Amino acid sequence: MSALLQVEGLEKRYGARIGCTGVSFDLFPGEVLGIVGESGSGKSTLLACLAGHLAADSGQILYRGRDLGAMAEPERRVLARTEWAFVHQNPRDGLRMGVSAGANVGERLMAVGARHYGAIRAAAEDWLGRVEIDPGRIDDRPRAFSGGMQQRLQIARNLVTAPRLVLMDEPTGGLDVSVQARLLDLLRALVREMGLGVIIVTHDLAVARLLADRLMVMKDGRVIEAGLTDQVLDDPQAAYTQLLVSSVLQV
Amino acid sequence: MTEAYSFAYLDESTKRMIRRTLLKALAVPGYQVPFASREMPMPYGWGTGGVQVTAACLVPEDVLKVIDQGADDTTNAVSIRRFFQRTAGVAVTEHTTEASLIQTRHRIPEAPLKEGQILIYQVPIPEPLRFLEPRESETRKMHALEEYGLMHVKLYEDIARHGAIATSYGYPVKVEGRYVMDPSPIPKFDNPKLSGNPAIQLFGAGRESRIHALPPYTRVVNLDFEDHPFEPTKADAACDLCGATTSYLDEVIMDDAGGRMFCCSDTDFCATRRAAGHAGRLAPGGEAA
Repeated sequence: MSALLQVEGLEKRYGARIGCTGVSFDLFPGEVLGIVGESGSGKSTLLACLAGHLAADSGQILYRGRDLGAMAEPERRVLARTEWAFVHQNPRDGLRMGVSAGANVGERLMAVGARHYGAIRAAAEDWLGRVEIDPGRIDDRPRAFSGGMQQRLQIARNLVTAPRLVLMDEPTGGLDVSVQARLLDLLRALVREMGLGVIIVTHDLAVARLLADRLMVMKDGRVIEAGLTDQVLDDPQAAYTQLLVSSVLQV
Repeated sequence: MTEAYSFAYLDESTKRMIRRTLLKALAVPGYQVPFASREMPMPYGWGTGGVQVTAACLVPEDVLKVIDQGADDTTNAVSIRRFFQRTAGVAVTEHTTEASLIQTRHRIPEAPLKEGQILIYQVPIPEPLRFLEPRESETRKMHALEEYGLMHVKLYEDIARHGAIATSYGYPVKVEGRYVMDPSPIPKFDNPKLSGNPAIQLFGAGRESRIHALPPYTRVVNLDFEDHPFEPTKADAACDLCGATTSYLDEVIMDDAGGRMFCCSDTDFCATRRAAGHAGRLAPGGEAA
């Protein structure tokens, strides 16, 4: 099996400060890679570089063997709305708040050329059902949805074109635990069902434990530990990882 | 013509700049070309873009017609016509067929245009994506990369909320399979006349400093869905003055008791028909109501 994403020596600096540096990893289809670390550790910078929102200063990102740095912008934008998905921490950043839920889900379909209203609507209804939103609310604006529903709507909107690579920036941040649990169940099911390659940035170790197959721990812009999730969380080697794991409150 | 003015008000270098912009706009149909819009002796929103394009196109032999919402006798039309009578000394007319240059606000004349005529539109907002995407940098990129899915999101939203595409004016079109264009706020009834028109169509937006254009016989397609096709709409009535059933109609409230009438929005078209003996419901000497 060939890697979906190969990252080699990625570096992003903000002037003299390091955003992230020396990051290398491979991601395979059907695999969930968690990135954990405290705030300011470079997780979001790394994700933004991978998504093409920020230009990396050095290093290479290969998506299915093609160098993203050498790719022309039109091609990158086509990939961004077909094969990639980006789930923002705040659903307001990822949703179009002024149009209905159906239009939000349909937007990517229309962007790739769907021109049959009935078919677009049917796809939108199907996806609302899959993320457990009542299809009867298809014509409601996202404003009328709760935070958890908005986040699920954002996920539906991103997955409707069946992407291969999904980048998530703290998708469960700001949700209460029971909503979080349902969202995680949903994500797990979708990942298995669709064979997605997922990179999920989180500072919640429980989320990482539940979702991620592999884990990278970041501190000060560097990856200090990487390995299988259970291995990293149960037998942390780096001093910082030990601190991170032991800081979790036990209920 | 008053000696103090350059021909058609604008100085020669400004007209040259606008003509160069027009040539570029005609070479790339539907593409919004930026130009150094000047201040005109009228407020923005009154046709400063159209007036500049007209000034750049006028020659002393031209016969000018000015339309405001279809009418020749409303404030905007009268003042712009007088402006060019005074500053350019050109002949003016109210008849579409006699005019060589027509400046219009929000309508395409009912009488078919012919080769050699120029139709100049006053455009308030040239960017069809503006209300969907506020960033100019982003809309330019979307035009460059032909990312027009968003336009359909708007039409989808229309159908979801109203059961049909409710956009009734400024209906988005695709020009020669490339650029999506806002045809200025003409009613969508007029949209079919954009396509394959023998006249040159020029669009000037003064405040926004943009000019776009359709050369003669350009293919213009209205955006729609396969199962919700584009439909030109008009009031379901006949003109009460000339009896025309195929023209775009204005609805006029007659009294405080709900009395109303319909009449052609194109006053020249209506007058020509009445002169030829057609009469509508309320025409003097016409059929009884």
